[in-house]
Amino acid sequence: MSGEATKAISGDVLWGGGRSPFSISYGKMMMWFFLVSDALTFSGLLIAYGFVRHAYTGAWPIGEEVFRALPFLHGEYPLVYVALMTAILIFSSVTMVLAVEAGHRMDKRGVIKWLFLTVIGGLFFVGSQAWEWSHFIHGSGGYITSPDGAKYWVHNETHDTHDPAHAPGFHLVKAVPGHYLKGEEGAHHIEGEAAMTLWNDRVEYIDGANMTRNEYGPPQYANFFFFITGFHGFHVFSGVVINFIVLLMVMKGVFHRRGHYEMVEKAGLYWHFVDLVWVFVFTFFYLV
Amino acid sequence: MERDDIIEYSLDAHHSEEEGRKIRKTIWMVTLLLAVVTAVEVALGAFWKEWFPGAWHLVKWTFIVLTLVKATYIVMTFMHLGDERRNIRALILLPYALFLLYLVFIAIWESNYVNRAWEMFL
Repeated sequence: MSGEATKAISGDVLWGGGRSPFSISYGKMMMWFFLVSDALTFSGLLIAYGFVRHAYTGAWPIGEEVFRALPFLHGEYPLVYVALMTAILIFSSVTMVLAVEAGHRMDKRGVIKWLFLTVIGGLFFVGSQAWEWSHFIHGSGGYITSPDGAKYWVHNETHDTHDPAHAPGFHLVKAVPGHYLKGEEGAHHIEGEAAMTLWNDRVEYIDGANMTRNEYGPPQYANFFFFITGFHGFHVFSGVVINFIVLLMVMKGVFHRRGHYEMVEKAGLYWHFVDLVWVFVFTFFYLV
Repeated sequence: MERDDIIEYSLDAHHSEEEGRKIRKTIWMVTLLLAVVTAVEVALGAFWKEWFPGAWHLVKWTFIVLTLVKATYIVMTFMHLGDERRNIRALILLPYALFLLYLVFIAIWESNYVNRAWEMFL
């Protein structure tokens, strides 16, 4: 971009007082300082997750095995849903930067169009996250532990988790020790009487996730999932609210009268930051 | 009261139709790059066991490098930090990078130790 930041100004004048040596407005600079502090918070959370995971001596759940469901569809689609969420957030980041660009041309209609699409993208992302949380909490069958300590995965055709033993297609699959999730493909199915006996003798039935137990792995896994994606989701939500307020102000012509659309730029910085954080959450929570 | 001692830097950020066309082209190029990198990451995440069996460390580092590439483009192009003066770029990035590298180092070092302690005594 052109403007003040690219002008050649001699060092004496730049640092001589009476102007910002950074050639940046107060509001934008404060937004950057806030984003740095917020980035430190998210780094702290992700590094804490890395610490716990690296220090853990047992098996840790694998992203592509935990997150493999799609709404309205049966079957397994590893990481497809998270990829879709990532795409939605990246594209709403693109519409935001286009709104900022339109603002620099004082193109009010352009700003309204792109900012509106950004708000829609943000709402889609928050909605997707709600579905993902719901799926994570309700689980996909869960497992039982028998008195001798062995784990058996619970399966049935309707994914009934209230009374799985009486749902059609009920069977159990013995879990591989040290491995989380769904045993091997084509593993031996325990059906009929044998399955019923194991079900009735169960010590516990873990299904889905809460703050103390979950079917995916150690309790910290679900705790970090809730905290990190929840904290990020709250950022997305506040970003949507901020973008919506700025959109209303653009429509009322506040910034046109002011002579510049820097407010869109500042809200944009926050929105891009939310996207930036998701890039890291995506890698370190779902992929690695 | 109207103040005349404040420079309105935002007024200087305006650009023409023609410059706008160039900027939009850059934006769409970066979009394409981010989309392709994400697609590669997802495909690698879903199929690395079939494609590169046993090469987990290489795959992991590929993920980390690709993430840093994406982050650089988002910060430098979308957040326009690349267009700002060099001193503010340093002001934002250097203290953060310094603190973060230290934190990552200490977390890896300590978690290694905790892991070995648990292996030994539990």
